[in-house]
Amino acid sequence: MKYVLAVLVENKPGVLARVAGLFSRRGFNIESLAVGRTLDRSLSRMTLEVDADEKTLEQVVKQLNKLINVLKISNLTLEPSVGRELVLIKVCANAASRSEIQQIAETFRAKIVDVSLQSLIIEVTGNEEKIEAITLLLAHYGILEIVRTGKIALLRGSKTTKNGEA
Amino acid sequence: MRLTGARMVLEALRREKVELAFGYPGGAVLPLYDQLYDAEVRHIMSRHEQGAVHAADGYSRASGRPGIVFATSGPGATNLVTGIATAYMDSVPMVIFTGQVATPLIGTDAFQEADITGITLPVTKHNYLVKDAHDLPRIIKEAFYIATTGRSGPVLIDLPRDIQAAEAEFHYPQEVNIPGYNPTYQGHPGQITRAAKVLSRARKPVIYAGGGVVYSGAHGELLELAENTGSPVTTTLMGLSGFPGRHRLALGMLGMHGTYWANMAVNEADLILAVGARFDDRVTGKVSRFAPSAKIIHIDIDPAEIGKNVRVDIPIVGDVRLVLAELLKKAAPADTGPWLEQIAEWRRAAPLHYCQEPDGELCPQYVIEKLYEETGGEALITTEVGQHQMWTAQYYRFSRPRSFASSGGLGTMGYGFPASLGMQAARPSELVFCIAGDGSFQMNIQELATAVAYRLPVKVAIINNQYLGMVRQWQQMFYRSRYSSVELQHGPDFVRVAEAYGALGLRVHKPQEVGPALRRAIETDGPVVIDFRVRPEENVFPMVPPGSAINEMIRGESS
Repeated sequence: MKYVLAVLVENKPGVLARVAGLFSRRGFNIESLAVGRTLDRSLSRMTLEVDADEKTLEQVVKQLNKLINVLKISNLTLEPSVGRELVLIKVCANAASRSEIQQIAETFRAKIVDVSLQSLIIEVTGNEEKIEAITLLLAHYGILEIVRTGKIALLRGSKTTKNGEA
Repeated sequence: MRLTGARMVLEALRREKVELAFGYPGGAVLPLYDQLYDAEVRHIMSRHEQGAVHAADGYSRASGRPGIVFATSGPGATNLVTGIATAYMDSVPMVIFTGQVATPLIGTDAFQEADITGITLPVTKHNYLVKDAHDLPRIIKEAFYIATTGRSGPVLIDLPRDIQAAEAEFHYPQEVNIPGYNPTYQGHPGQITRAAKVLSRARKPVIYAGGGVVYSGAHGELLELAENTGSPVTTTLMGLSGFPGRHRLALGMLGMHGTYWANMAVNEADLILAVGARFDDRVTGKVSRFAPSAKIIHIDIDPAEIGKNVRVDIPIVGDVRLVLAELLKKAAPADTGPWLEQIAEWRRAAPLHYCQEPDGELCPQYVIEKLYEETGGEALITTEVGQHQMWTAQYYRFSRPRSFASSGGLGTMGYGFPASLGMQAARPSELVFCIAGDGSFQMNIQELATAVAYRLPVKVAIINNQYLGMVRQWQQMFYRSRYSSVELQHGPDFVRVAEAYGALGLRVHKPQEVGPALRRAIETDGPVVIDFRVRPEENVFPMVPPGSAINEMIRGESS
C-alpha cells in the first residue's frame, strides 16, 4: 500500500542525504519525495510517498525517528488530507491535433504553458487519478517528456502537522 | 575566552573528563596534535588508524566511558571506517575527530580529501562537518551527549584544518538542545505491570539477555530478577558478561553456536523475556520458527528494535536497568522447578564436549577451558572473529560485566587485539587476554608495537589451526570440503614476530604445556604472544545450519 508521510526536518546541509540514504540502505522504496522550507526557515518539510506493507512502514517511521535531524513524522494516509502533485507534460501537437489537446487540457483544468509548431507543454495539478487519466489520454498524441514534482499533502481542516502538536 | 579550534577540542575533552585518547597523526590534524603535545589527556598512538579505533572501542567496553579517536583526513579517516562500523553495530559510544582539508578546498579533490561524513553516514549515530569554529563547542557537547545517551554509538566530527587554526569565543554549553533527539528511559508502567503478570504466570520462562544489560549496568537487577522468578538466563555473545556464567540459572549462549540446552529451552519456552537484545539472525535461526510457543516481552532502549525481526507481545521501550528495577518490584516468584529440571536433562543429554587425548593433538577447546581455569574466569577477554570466538563464548564462563569484548554485530576480524590494548589501558591493573585466530591476529598484528611502546601487558593466545577455521568449517560442511583460499600454513612464525616487536613469544604443541605456558604468560610483566598449535580441522558444535530453526542443531561428534 502507498503511504504519505510528512517529515519535519532541520533545514541543514546533508539532511536530505541522511533521509534518502536511510531508505536505500534499509531497502525501503520511495515513490516520490518533495522538499521545501516551512514558515519557520530553520525547518524543512519533506513529503514522502512510500510503497510498503504495514510492518515495513513501522520500521520506516522508527528508523526515520532515529535520525537526529528529524523532528516529527506524520502519517497523512489515514487522515483526511489534500494531496496534490504538479506535472509538466510535453506532448506532440500539430495543427490538426492542437485543438483536441486544448480541449482535453480544459476538461482537466490544465494549462498550456508553452506552444511550438510540433509540441505543447501542459501544466496539470491534481491527485494521482487525475494525473493518470490525463497522461493516458495525452499518450495517444505522443508524450515527448514528462516531469513530476512528487506529491505534497496537508491535513484537512484547521489541524496541522507542526512540531509539538498532535 | 578566545581559543583556536584545536585548543577548543582539548578544552572540551577536559570538560568531558576524558583521560585517554587513541589516534594517529597526519597533515590535516597537525594543529590538533600540536595541542596534544602538552595536554593533560593521554594519547596512545597506534600503528594503523584501524588499531586506534578498535582500541578506543575496547577502552569504552571495559570502562563504560566513550572512546576518543583522532585521525587525519583522507586515508586516515577511511582507515577508521571498519572500526566505526564495528562500534555502531555493537552500540559502543565513541567520539571520533577526523581532520579535513581546509574549507575552501572541500569538494575540489584536494590532497588527502575524502568525504568522511558522507562515507560514515550509515555507520555513525550522527556526524558533523564543522564549517565555523563558533559552532565547535556546541557540536562537541552534542557529540558526547548523543554518543553516550539512549542507544549509545559512535559520533564523528570532521574538522577542516582552517577551523582547527581559526579563533573563536569558547563557551562550553552546560546543556544540549537537540529537538529531534529524546531517548526514552522510563518504561511504560502499564506495560511493566503486564510483563510482570505474564512473567509470574509463566511455567517455562527464558530470559534472553543481550549487550544492553552490560551497557546499562543492569547485571545486578538481571540476576535478582532471574533468582526471584526462577527464570533461566541465556545470553547473546554481546551479553555474555552480563550474567555470571557459573550461576545455576545460566544457560550460556544461544543461537547458531549456542548450547543445546539454551536453544532447546528457547524453542520450548512459553515466555521469552528479551532484555537489551535485538533478535539477530545468528540468534534466532529461521525467524518464523523462533520460540513458536512463547509470548515475547521485549525491553529495549531503541524503539526501532521492537518488532523489527520478530512479533512482540509486550514491548517496553526504556533503559534496561530502570525497567528491570521496576519489573523486580512487581514480578512474583513462579514455580519453574519442573522446567529447570527439563533443561538440566537437556544439558545432561548433550553437554559441550571435545576429546583431548593426553598425548594427542591439542584441542582448541581445551586451551580455552584451561585459560578459564587459570584465570578463574576473572580475566578481561577479547576475541577476534571465527571459531576461537565461538569456543570462547562456549567455554569461558564470565563472572563480571564489562569483562568481555568481541565484535558481535559486524564480525570484524582484526578487532580483538587492538581492543585488548584499549581494555588494558582502561583497567591497567587487570589481566587482559586476547583470544585470537591465526588469521584474525594478522589483520592488526602491527599493534604489537603499540603494546610494547605503551607497556600494555596484554597476553595474546593464538588458537593456531593454520586455517581460516570458520570459513574452512563451512566449506567442509556446505561446499563438499572444497577448501578455497583458507590455508594459512605459511606462517608467520608468531614467536619470532613477537620477539621482533620486543614481546615474549611462546609456542605450545602439547596439552600438558598449556597450563605452564599460560602461567608463564600471566607472570610476565609485559605483552606475550602464545602460539597454540591446535588440531587443524576441529569444528565448532553445536551448530544451527543457516536457514534452520534453532532446535535443529548439528551436535557433532568428537573427532
